Amino acid sequence: MEVFGEECVGMTPQQLAAPVNTVEEKWKLLPAFLKVKGLVKQHIDSFNYFINVEIKKIMKANEKITSDADPMWYLKYLNIYVGMPDVEESFNVTRPVSPHECRLREMTYSAPITVDIEYTRGSQRIIRNALPIGRMPIMLRSSNCVLTGKTPVEFSKLNECPLDPGGYFIVKGQEKVILIQEQLSKNRIIVEQDRKGAVGASVTSSTHEKKSRTNMIVKQGRFYLRHNTLSEDAPIAIIFKAMGVESDQEIVQMIGTEEHVMAAFAPSLEECQKAQIFTQTQALKYIGNKVRRQRMWGGPKKTKMEEARELLASTVLTHVPVKEFNFRAKCIYLAVMVRRVILAQGDNKVDDRDYYGNKRLELAGQLLSLLFEDLFKKFNSELKKIADQIIPKQRAAQFDVVKHMRQDQVTNGMVNAISTGNWSLKRFKMDRQGVTQVLSRLSYISALGMMTRISSQFEKTRKVSGPRSLQPSQWGMLCPSDTPEGEACGLVKNLALMTHITTDMEDGPIIKLAFNLGVEDVNLLCGEELSYPSVFLVFLNGNILGVIRDHQKLVHTFRLMRRAGFINEFVSISTNLTDRCVYISSDGGRLCRPYIIVKRGQPAVKTRHIEELTQGYRNFEDFLHESLVEYLDVNEENDCQIALYEHMITKDTTHLEIEPFTLLGVCAGLIPYPHHNQSPRNTYQCAMGKQAMGTIGYNQRNRIDTLMYLLGYPQKPMVKTKTIELIDFEKLPAGQNATVAVMSYSGYDIEDALVLNKASLDRGFGRCLVYKNAKCTLRRYTNQTFDKVMGPMLDAATHKPIWRHSILDADGICSPGEKVENKQVLVNKSMPTVTQTPLEGSTQSGQPQYRDVQRLDRLDVEKVMISSNAEDAFLIKILLRQTRRPEIGDKFSSRHGQKGVCGLIVPQEDMPFCDSGICPDIIMNPHGYPSRMTVGKLIELLAGKAGVLDGRFHYGTAFGGSKVKDVCEDLIRHGYNYQGKDYVTSGITGEPLEAYIYFGPVYYQKLKHMVLDKMHARARGPRAVLTRQPTEGRSRDGGLRLGEMERDCLIGYGASMLLLERLMISSDAFEVDVCGQCGLLGYSGWCHYCKSSCHVSSLRIPYACKLLFQELQSMNIVPRLKLSRYNE
Amino acid sequence: MAAPMSNVEEIRNRVILGEFGVRNVHTTDFPGNYPGYDDTWNLKKFEQNFKIDIIQMDENTLEFDMVGIDAAIANAFRRILLAEVPTMAVEKVFIYNNTSIIQDEILAHRLGLIPIKADPRLFEYRNAGDEEGTEIDTIQLQLKIKCTRNPRATKDSSDPSELYLNHMVYSKDMKWVPIGNQADVFADASIGPVHDDILLAQLRPGQELDIVMHCVKGIGKDHAKFSPVATASYRLLPEVTLLEPVEGEKAERLKRCFSPGVVEVEDCGGKRVAKVVNSRLDTCSREVLRHDDLKNLVKLGRVRDHFIFSVESTGILAPEVLVSEAIKVLMAKCQKFLSELDSAEME
Repeated sequence: MEVFGEECVGMTPQQLAAPVNTVEEKWKLLPAFLKVKGLVKQHIDSFNYFINVEIKKIMKANEKITSDADPMWYLKYLNIYVGMPDVEESFNVTRPVSPHECRLREMTYSAPITVDIEYTRGSQRIIRNALPIGRMPIMLRSSNCVLTGKTPVEFSKLNECPLDPGGYFIVKGQEKVILIQEQLSKNRIIVEQDRKGAVGASVTSSTHEKKSRTNMIVKQGRFYLRHNTLSEDAPIAIIFKAMGVESDQEIVQMIGTEEHVMAAFAPSLEECQKAQIFTQTQALKYIGNKVRRQRMWGGPKKTKMEEARELLASTVLTHVPVKEFNFRAKCIYLAVMVRRVILAQGDNKVDDRDYYGNKRLELAGQLLSLLFEDLFKKFNSELKKIADQIIPKQRAAQFDVVKHMRQDQVTNGMVNAISTGNWSLKRFKMDRQGVTQVLSRLSYISALGMMTRISSQFEKTRKVSGPRSLQPSQWGMLCPSDTPEGEACGLVKNLALMTHITTDMEDGPIIKLAFNLGVEDVNLLCGEELSYPSVFLVFLNGNILGVIRDHQKLVHTFRLMRRAGFINEFVSISTNLTDRCVYISSDGGRLCRPYIIVKRGQPAVKTRHIEELTQGYRNFEDFLHESLVEYLDVNEENDCQIALYEHMITKDTTHLEIEPFTLLGVCAGLIPYPHHNQSPRNTYQCAMGKQAMGTIGYNQRNRIDTLMYLLGYPQKPMVKTKTIELIDFEKLPAGQNATVAVMSYSGYDIEDALVLNKASLDRGFGRCLVYKNAKCTLRRYTNQTFDKVMGPMLDAATHKPIWRHSILDADGICSPGEKVENKQVLVNKSMPTVTQTPLEGSTQSGQPQYRDVQRLDRLDVEKVMISSNAEDAFLIKILLRQTRRPEIGDKFSSRHGQKGVCGLIVPQEDMPFCDSGICPDIIMNPHGYPSRMTVGKLIELLAGKAGVLDGRFHYGTAFGGSKVKDVCEDLIRHGYNYQGKDYVTSGITGEPLEAYIYFGPVYYQKLKHMVLDKMHARARGPRAVLTRQPTEGRSRDGGLRLGEMERDCLIGYGASMLLLERLMISSDAFEVDVCGQCGLLGYSGWCHYCKSSCHVSSLRIPYACKLLFQELQSMNIVPRLKLSRYNE
Repeated sequence: MAAPMSNVEEIRNRVILGEFGVRNVHTTDFPGNYPGYDDTWNLKKFEQNFKIDIIQMDENTLEFDMVGIDAAIANAFRRILLAEVPTMAVEKVFIYNNTSIIQDEILAHRLGLIPIKADPRLFEYRNAGDEEGTEIDTIQLQLKIKCTRNPRATKDSSDPSELYLNHMVYSKDMKWVPIGNQADVFADASIGPVHDDILLAQLRPGQELDIVMHCVKGIGKDHAKFSPVATASYRLLPEVTLLEPVEGEKAERLKRCFSPGVVEVEDCGGKRVAKVVNSRLDTCSREVLRHDDLKNLVKLGRVRDHFIFSVESTGILAPEVLVSEAIKVLMAKCQKFLSELDSAEME
């Protein structure tokens, strides 16, 4: 910050005191940002980086395959490409495919991965180009997707919604999102306290080859290195010696020569002395004895010393490069770790694990690249294995490796990982479940919300508050409101509107630049300089680069270079004054967001720039290039003075916030006036906005989803926010503006229930459409038989189709527009009875198999699709539709976390009406307000009312929006009470109500929970086979359980006959014959044990009880029933 | 109700708009409510007081004052207008073909809400369970339309209205198909939708609608589509009284507190004095109560038995006809009630 402070020196006091002009409409930068970046740009960027850059690096790292059998044989990859998505039409004929076709036909939207290779066949060297090795699922809207760069018209030609954000995959017809994963950043020293209060340091190092975790711990004042390849903790001084620093003086020099540092380290040296270790050889021997034996396969046998040296070079602190066993850099790194711990011990300056500067977000690209690397290596080792096997055998044809390159391994590996979400990579000891999720298409918002979701690697079961609580450093990066309630609370988060996640960058040029700017290379230092008070350490991505004398100048010049565009805009540099370090980061997964640069107390962005932006002369990139705006990551943010508004700019200010409302995410952005609400209400709304019915995309009518909820007449909200406009919620709304009267009515409105106006429902309020689908495939079997669709069965007498087949067309598939009732057949499919043995064949007259509907409610057939799936089998999909009008028990919610069910539907004439004759659509009980404190809803109503009267939309943007005062003025102007309270007449008595009623429009969402899907009752019905008790659950027409607690009530009350009836007679009563002699169960009046029938009597016991007896018998426990007459 | 005698007149006749609530909302117009106050009902007095003034009337709206009647009766008219005056509306929709984007149910719902111009008094209610309908209880309408490309459209046009023919289906496309003798009986009645320009659906080339509709007689209680009014409501006549003379700047402020035309400022011997001109125009925003110095100078009231009715017809029947129909419905109800009473006596 002091770097920028000096800029103000040349200014006069008057200049400093002058008020800073506000830049009008600087929020317009936001749409410009979203135009360039989009809401899911992070996913797409990361995927693009993977398929265009990273995949080539992976190939480079594994480019050569050799065989042990033939030293002359080799295969070398020259290049690798990912093509455009296509589908194999017939043998070797492909055609480009659209994402929507994949959705409908249940295929994978994937592109071939092709390689150019050079290999030997016999003595020939052959170059083959464009050989496919597998298929890569393609992210929608990525660089290889057919949708990139298309106009909205072209989008509609492809049956795709232009507002759909993309960023997901289509695998086997399902839309799958790879969630953003949050984890602790790699290769950084984190100093922390353990449970006993001892300070330690840990580093999780990760490179392409290895991943390891190194801990530095303190035991009785001595330092130890803990690593999971070492069977016990190794004294640090021994490690130093093993790395070649044999002199104690040199070790101390590296760690620091201050009195207290030396004092703190002395015991460690002493221990080394006691262990009688003075040379590198001794140290290596010592460590070699402690190395955990690893499974050794092949390779020359190594001595323990060699093993220890190898371990220190490659496994401990993997990320610090060791070339030719030159341990210099690693020693210094270790020394810095020790020094950190010593310094932290004194005043407890430990690092914060939850700080977002210490976190990295892993995106689809990174996860896929891990997966691909694993599969590619497996593919190569498979090739090697084949080569090893086949080459020694003499064959007529020479070994041609191309014939053995099978595509399915890579393809299936990718497809299975994405479709199941199981990322199990043995190489990285990674075994994660639930990495991918099915994209929720309940509403547009739920889909968007899913794309910005971040899941934490932290365990859900642990009861710790740290990782779950709001972190100050997540300001502006992650939405403070949008998190689920319950077990995942605070662990699942969402990105804020302007957050960008970086991708990996080349660090070579940055190192060069740093050295040119005066950084002295660590390898050239003796070690003592590290702790000089005059220098700062410089780190690049966790590695020590060197030291710098004038760190302010370094940081300043570095930033200048970045603003000038000489360095990538996402490289961050920040100073840490407590650790006396300069951190430069260019790694991927950092959170960052753009800010306006402030120079000399004036924001660089002027009104002129914004005007040019609106006129279209400028885009967001230009702002970046002209150093008006720059990206700051969390660490660099800490190093800056950021003003929220212009009037807060002081002489120290370095940056200005673009718009404060961007600290909220997509879901919280829908809430009008969220800054007036109690914060949990906003969190509730974030969860509920995802359940609201409405529209899901312009292509919603072309989709055949398993479940889709649409609203009959969706409306844009009267009170909107900037976010709503930016994310196009207005074009795909989910809700309706309802006229709400806040009053008590009828008593059917207690506990948040709503009273609805029947006439409003008649006129289409809350009317929704529920779409479901039915699928059926026609398969071919190995014995040349196949499934068939038969025509409808005719009634013998009338020659008309039987009732079950009455909706079928002549082709045996139901026709669109028909109404389907329970147990009617949708597709008259018949399957052959024998499908296995090929010889017996020709059993064509198979048993019929029906696809029929099993539901009580009536459905309509909307459309029928006949196609073929990826396995070339016939695929018949039927879209079924149902229109529902709101009924009692349906759930509604406003945008303020105020949900309620419909409690009563009242005819219009009974509804209260105001002077202008308006009746409310919804009556809401005022008791919903005081405890919830959703003042935002009150203001929404007021602003909505004023908007209706003026014929315009009002804004309820967070930290802004239309002012209540202005809105009240509008109301007064139209002759309404300024408080929004109207004089209302009761529709029942015709007399005025004693209270003035708060009356006006509020945007209401209809939630997906509807009575029709939940109501359930049973008098008699199916029973489970094993226990003969009634089945469980609505879908199985199950019974309602009289549970333990209910049973306890009845016992307490003493209603024994009721208990008997509920628990046995109505459930699984069973008549058994019991022999009074032996006490065992008999059968039809005969005891098999006694071979007699004289003592057999018949009882009624629960079938489960009889089952228990038999099961006990089966495990050699004989339960015997002792019978006696009850009157004896 | 231990109100002082002097106050009774006000309690009986005025609803008072206070700052935080409405006072005297309940009617006390029944005999013996106040000691020593004669409020017996007699026909003569009623006839003398009761009056109806038509304030404004046009094709679809009617505003009239109904004075001297109890809220219960006035409300009964309002309720009957909303829910019990019958009209004809589309009830059964037979969809022979619908290849458009709009779903059958939604389309049927939209069709149902279209006001059908047909005098419901000339029709009977259809019997329950009757699927076919006859000429006395059913109007048949047909909607048969197909969208095609416009052969004369210019090549590079992107305007749907130029590219396609029949791509917008309006209510005017619903054609009346007379049943039986309806063609003769209703020859000059021009049965069909009231409004020609209600958009029903949008089509694209190749899509078509082939629909037959049956309109039946029904009441708003059953479904809002049968309601003959867009809305029918009343308000009480506002009454603004100045308790003290208001002068000068206060008068100007007072004027601004009411709807235009309620309070005017007059020059009265050099002083600017506020005067209530037409309190009927007031929207009762109670703005005056925000001003601490003004709120005690005025009394905001509403005349309890002066109902300003407003009836907005959907265009099927003229509003004045609707009101008289509503009266007939109420009369029929009373008649029925009386006859029920009579028959109950006999038992």
